[in-house]
Amino acid sequence: MSIAINQSKCVGCGRCSQVCPGTLIGMGSDGKACMLYPKDCWGCCSCIKECKADAIALYLGADMGGMGSKMSVASREQYLDWKIEKRDGTVETIVIDRKQSNQY
Amino acid sequence: MEIKNRKILDTDILIIGGGTAGCYAALTIAEQSDAKVIIAEKANIKRSGCLAAGVNAINAYIVEGRKPEDYVDYAKKDADGIVREDLLLTMSEGLNRVTEKMEKLGLVILKDENGKYVARGNRNIKINGENIKPLLASAVEVLPNVTILNRVAITDYLVKENRIYGAVGFSIENETAVEIRAKKVLCATGGASGLYRPNNPGFSRHKMWYPPFNTGAGYAMGIESGAEMTTFEMRFIALRCKDTIAPTGTIAQGVGAKQVNALGEVYETKYGLTTSQRVYGTVKENLLGHGPCYLRTEGISAEQDDSLKKAYLNMAPSQTLKWIEQGKNPSEQNVEIEGTEPYVVGGHTASGYWVDTRRESTIHGLYAAGDVAGGCPQKYVTGAMVEGEIAAKAMVEDLAKEKAASYEMTEEEKAFCDNRFEEKMKEYDKILTNQSGLYDTEQLEEAMQKVMDTYAGGISNHYQFNENQLNLAEEKIEKLKELSKGLGASNMHELMFVYELKNRLTVCETLIYHLRARKETRWHSFAENLDYPDKSDEWLKYVNTRKENGKIHVLFRELVKRGETYEHSY
Repeated sequence: MSIAINQSKCVGCGRCSQVCPGTLIGMGSDGKACMLYPKDCWGCCSCIKECKADAIALYLGADMGGMGSKMSVASREQYLDWKIEKRDGTVETIVIDRKQSNQY
Repeated sequence: MEIKNRKILDTDILIIGGGTAGCYAALTIAEQSDAKVIIAEKANIKRSGCLAAGVNAINAYIVEGRKPEDYVDYAKKDADGIVREDLLLTMSEGLNRVTEKMEKLGLVILKDENGKYVARGNRNIKINGENIKPLLASAVEVLPNVTILNRVAITDYLVKENRIYGAVGFSIENETAVEIRAKKVLCATGGASGLYRPNNPGFSRHKMWYPPFNTGAGYAMGIESGAEMTTFEMRFIALRCKDTIAPTGTIAQGVGAKQVNALGEVYETKYGLTTSQRVYGTVKENLLGHGPCYLRTEGISAEQDDSLKKAYLNMAPSQTLKWIEQGKNPSEQNVEIEGTEPYVVGGHTASGYWVDTRRESTIHGLYAAGDVAGGCPQKYVTGAMVEGEIAAKAMVEDLAKEKAASYEMTEEEKAFCDNRFEEKMKEYDKILTNQSGLYDTEQLEEAMQKVMDTYAGGISNHYQFNENQLNLAEEKIEKLKELSKGLGASNMHELMFVYELKNRLTVCETLIYHLRARKETRWHSFAENLDYPDKSDEWLKYVNTRKENGKIHVLFRELVKRGETYEHSY
């Protein structure tokens, strides 16, 4: 389990690096974010929520049964748009209304 | 690399750890007084601690028709009697108050047509808790008297003659060491994960139940300073979804899914329904050859599938990713479950600082709240907030008394703090300049987890242990402690990793003493002592420890029952 940072999308704002509860993300000499300790990620998605450039995605390690899908999330007003891109390129989205409570 | 800068700060109250309890304490202090507060947080309070990904429900709440005493009864039953009823009651009385406060800060709570919170069972209410930590953090960030030091790791208390004067640590961003002198200190660093070999020991080693960044720093600093600790032997093991280690309660309570074995038999009723019995039943069924075990979700509706996927996105997103990636919804495939590695965590079980009802520890001026405070299990998020509130009020009260008595830190006390700071900076420099060791932090961490797994009741031993094994564990942890003295670090971040490992080793050592001291099996799996497989009324007492002159002493204390209150007698 870890995150993948898309270097071509990263704008170097540093917000992911600031918010990570494990302080696992650094800023490289090229000014872009880099995952310093991939094996130490908790999978909380704090960095992904913070990223405005859609540059970070969560993936499950192969040891957890991961199959190469990537998950990201974008904030839009009161909504969180979660996007899961599978290895075959198909995309599934789930919209969370933050003003709605969980059913369970 | 060496320490290049030093900073000495003075404050009224130092809060170590800006998680749930620490942030709530800061809010309370600001409401009650004009005391100066510093929060020292090793990450960033916006998402640090247990609430990073969010929380699915408020699990500690007094719903209509129930009273705080009912919550005490529930927690006492789940812990089979080994709780502090005075602490549980003072916590339970504040649960609804802090919930209302969180709603005012913007937390979305489900209400019925009459504007009342909708209950989920007897103790829970439904929320959208994805952003609970940013809400709390934002409220703290605007407080004028609160200074937040993000990315500062605290390594040691400043304790002299059983009184605390502050703490020391360093920035993980640059080569700065920090001394913080404080009149009162609140420890809110959380519990300890990563002591045992985890479920996914390889690439996904940090995909665990409890935050992998909660390394037991508060326990370790307290232990080394001579604070009394209680009930470490009541380890916590969570029953979780396999691989993702996501919560099972949401499925069990949300769609009424039962625990079933591979034969399709419901087994949960055979072993009992307390938290530890649910784990134990799953272990036993596997040992009987009836595994794997599942939560029976096959046949739930498409609507329930959607609600589950959304609920997990708000607290444990990897589970939703797993369902989608596999192309199978929970309605099409039962959810496989497993027990996690054991943790020491006072928010779920009763491990932690031995405190009085005001949450003051046995060290004068040092308070504890949240997962680091003992005696008060099942506190969860709201209970941690209440403890932060109680400790905050007590600190404000004590500051006022000292102000009235014109108490100020003496020159001698200041000199003690500064000397200790010098010593610690030398220690940091020694680690930062040592590049020659054979072993690195990661290797020693792996070795520690293997020792605990093998000899102190980890996953691979089905959580079981005996005294001979614990003796071996103690011996091997001691050797690792010795090796840890030779660790090096090439930057400030690695320096933090060295201290995190040292913290964990200290917690392991105390845990072994506790496991060995309770000569019974009161909680299956949580403390499964094969030398003493039954429970006995003789053991209706607390096992406490205190380290003095480098040696751990075990002491037993009588239970604090309903209507009774424990106060320190020093």
